[in-house]
Amino acid sequence: MAADIALDKTEEKDLWGGGAAPMKASYGKLMMWFFLVSDAFTFTGFLLAYGFARFRHVPANYFDVEWPNPDHVFNAFPFMDVFGVTAAPLVFVGIMTFILILSSVTMVLAVEAGKRMDKQAVEKYMLWTIIGGIVFLGCQAWEWTHFIHGTAEGSAFELPGIGKIFGADLHQNQYGPPAFADYFFFITGFHGTHVLSGVILNLVIYNNVAIGTYQKRGHYEMIEKVGLYWHFVDLVWVFVFTFFYLV
Amino acid sequence: MAAYNEFPHHEVTPANPKLIANIWKVTGILALVTAVEFALAFAFPEKPEWLILTYIVLTLVKAFFIVAEFMHLGHEQKSLIYSILLPLGLLFWGILAMLMEADAIYNAIIGWWN
Repeated sequence: MAADIALDKTEEKDLWGGGAAPMKASYGKLMMWFFLVSDAFTFTGFLLAYGFARFRHVPANYFDVEWPNPDHVFNAFPFMDVFGVTAAPLVFVGIMTFILILSSVTMVLAVEAGKRMDKQAVEKYMLWTIIGGIVFLGCQAWEWTHFIHGTAEGSAFELPGIGKIFGADLHQNQYGPPAFADYFFFITGFHGTHVLSGVILNLVIYNNVAIGTYQKRGHYEMIEKVGLYWHFVDLVWVFVFTFFYLV
Repeated sequence: MAAYNEFPHHEVTPANPKLIANIWKVTGILALVTAVEFALAFAFPEKPEWLILTYIVLTLVKAFFIVAEFMHLGHEQKSLIYSILLPLGLLFWGILAMLMEADAIYNAIIGWWN
């Protein structure tokens, strides 16, 4: 009986197999949190390594090529030639940031609607979230394509025996040392993979909402779990934006 | 399609306008902070050191609102809050250390090898 009294404030869906809910969180939500912490370790490893390489100030690696200022690398925008703009630093990545933040907002609204058992609103906001994620992925694809193909002028430096470099891959980089391109591909690529799996998860959950799985179950807690993951993706982007594009 | 009618019926609670307003308030803050970062980036293309510190503080502000409000961590139990935040705080310290002391660490390693 004592256990009943202790638990009367915990909702039934939050109870674990043993009958108690540690930290007053359901099993799924708690495990999602600890997964996200471990995932944050990986991203921090990337950003740590990037910060180390970026602020080492040793141009002697790779034929005295200086580490580039990201403003001068990511200054392109789709159709900017049409508008006669030659350089628009940060504009495109700023728009990507807004898109991801907005998709995070619609995810919060979906969670909120789920708590009210409003199936239609959950469907609507889940769809907006999925659209935001897909648009973000499209932007990233464009950015990668632009980065890989490079500009018509090529690199500002000339390597002995090779000459100018056009575009970037894992071995060479027209904007600076190859390590810069490597970090770009690995950090934004790893984040993009997270966005992609987030979109897929959201699609699966959206399908479940649409066929009424959670209506039958009596609660929409699953939306909160994928919501946690989706916000984490947004959160990581906030850090990538600062440490890769601003600093 | 008959199956749809067999679902248990749950009453839809009307939305609490205060909650919705709070979500949009947080959105506004996030957008504003990003806009400030933007303006700073255009105003100071030379990236002085104080600007980098400002960026990091603004990033933490954004992270706080995303984690506390969107991820709802601010409304969870204290033990949960700390078990998430303490390890991440240490990691963030690691990133800062690499940003600021990379030169010294690198020279120390090279010096050791030489």
